[in-house]
Amino acid sequence: MAVIRDMMPAFELFQPTSVDEALDVLERHDNTWVLAGGLDSMDWFKDRIKRPDVVVELGSVSELAGIRASGDGLEIGAMTSLRDVVASDDVRSRFGLLADAAAQVATPQIRNQGTLGGNLIQDTRCWYYRGGWPCYRAGGNICYAGTPRSMNREHAVTGQSRCVAVNGADTAGALVALGAQMMVRNAGGERVYEAEDFFVGPEIDIERMTVLEPGDLLTHVRIPGDWAGARFYWEKVRDRKSWDWALASVAAAIVESNGTIERARIAINGVAPTPVRLTDVEDLVQGMPANDDTGMAAGELATRGFKPLRHNDYKVPLARNLVRRAVRGDMA
Amino acid sequence: MEILRTAPNPWGQEVLVGVAWDLLWAAAIAGFLFVVGHHLYVWIMAPKAPKTAPEAAPEVPERVERHSQASRTFHWLMAATMLTLLVTAFFPVIGVQFAWVTIHWIAGIVLTLLIIWHIIHATTKQDFWSVWTGTKEIGQAFRAVGKFLRRQPAKEERSGKYPLDQRAYHNAVTLVSGGVIVTGLLMMVGVDTWFWASNPYFLSDSTWGLVFVLHGLCGVGLVTMVIAHVYFAIRPEKRWMTRSMIKGWITREEYLEHYDPDLWKLGTEPTGAELASGSASSADPDGVVPA
Repeated sequence: MAVIRDMMPAFELFQPTSVDEALDVLERHDNTWVLAGGLDSMDWFKDRIKRPDVVVELGSVSELAGIRASGDGLEIGAMTSLRDVVASDDVRSRFGLLADAAAQVATPQIRNQGTLGGNLIQDTRCWYYRGGWPCYRAGGNICYAGTPRSMNREHAVTGQSRCVAVNGADTAGALVALGAQMMVRNAGGERVYEAEDFFVGPEIDIERMTVLEPGDLLTHVRIPGDWAGARFYWEKVRDRKSWDWALASVAAAIVESNGTIERARIAINGVAPTPVRLTDVEDLVQGMPANDDTGMAAGELATRGFKPLRHNDYKVPLARNLVRRAVRGDMA
Repeated sequence: MEILRTAPNPWGQEVLVGVAWDLLWAAAIAGFLFVVGHHLYVWIMAPKAPKTAPEAAPEVPERVERHSQASRTFHWLMAATMLTLLVTAFFPVIGVQFAWVTIHWIAGIVLTLLIIWHIIHATTKQDFWSVWTGTKEIGQAFRAVGKFLRRQPAKEERSGKYPLDQRAYHNAVTLVSGGVIVTGLLMMVGVDTWFWASNPYFLSDSTWGLVFVLHGLCGVGLVTMVIAHVYFAIRPEKRWMTRSMIKGWITREEYLEHYDPDLWKLGTEPTGAELASGSASSADPDGVVPA
């Protein structure tokens, strides 16, 4: 079981100054851990649940930080702090959806230290898993959160496959809705993933949240200009308004013409092990008026097939109403 | 090399959680080494038995049916199911990621149904015991090993419908497949399906671990066995058997060369009921291909 200790287990610390150097370290060692802002990592280390032999701290890799123009869009380094994402004029003016989502991550102190990459690849908050229980995600044979007697109020209502944990990254849904791409590098070269393909559900790999494998580094997030200036909608529902992970969130980018929806990209998060892009809803609302009727139909469709657990059936109407509000264009 | 994986359960006890995947590589390497070793042995070292002309036997038809349409359909469906199970089980382990769980349990259910059908078919339509190893076959095995050790030319001992190596393989596959099916069905309790919700408390942590270990051991065992099976299926001197599993028949010459007409009588194979009542002859109903 997880017990907070005074000291973390010993590991060898590397502080590379370039991506190549970081990849070289990752290539040469086993049981490595990439440390960005450290806000997720330190819990794991102090609880002595994750025990890497080698930690690669990326704070000195300047090429991984910063926001720059890329074609008609933006490229944001994975080590860019969430504060900088929120404060960026480029992000706010063209991709306000991401700025809104990043602005609601945790607290100002955490946004100062936390990075966009770290937020995206953070591990799930399932407390059975976090608590060191030998569940499926931890390499065991049982999901302790999925049983009738489990405390599963915060867990998944869709996309469950043996594991019922949810993705807790606020910026993930926004980047899916913006059609972002994730640039991943390892010693073998660079790979590019669409944001919705970057996240991995338990039906594919129960021990990972993303496509990242040992030796991989998320270097940049590229946001194309396709949705720049669209009507954005971001809403996050949480237990504590001051700071908390989302019980559910919605991110939508909608292009309208005379009150009619021309095209839309909508994603919800906090309800499944990955952010869920609602392609059926996007197809449904295309050509429809942006009003409450369309919103209701969209909400119904979005939650069709949801399978709540014992304590989280409230998430079904919650997600339904979030999608409804996003489509009809409420002020968040 | 790690063999088993353990983890602390919620009460701090170290319990089994499964086999270590090093075993998968060990099984694949064992299969590969067996293939290479056998091939080199046959190619370089094995004494060549003199080829003898089969006796004339005009009563034996030109084509002798070895596998009925039903048996062949079962075999190939089982092969496809087994390959699906192995791919969905082990490709994710070696890094090919895809949504494998649903495909895997559905293939497992199909395999279970096929095996049930096979048992019923073998019991009611075929000589159930013709593929099992008895004292006669064990004696035959000892004689073959003796010849091998003395490096005598190993003239094949003619057999009943199923020769010793096929019987031994069938026995081993029965054991290992039975293992994956029984443990797999138990593991289905822990998976959400269209028919029931998962119940991880059906067994205790340690018992689940044992189930996963047995499932894993049988699974990696099947990797080696499938490699060996495919290897023999494509070996030149065994291709007539493979052809018979595709087309159903063997030639008169192949029948007379490899089979003892007293042990595999062409004619009418007894049913299980006939065998039980003692009224059976040991002849095969499928033995003659209609002209």
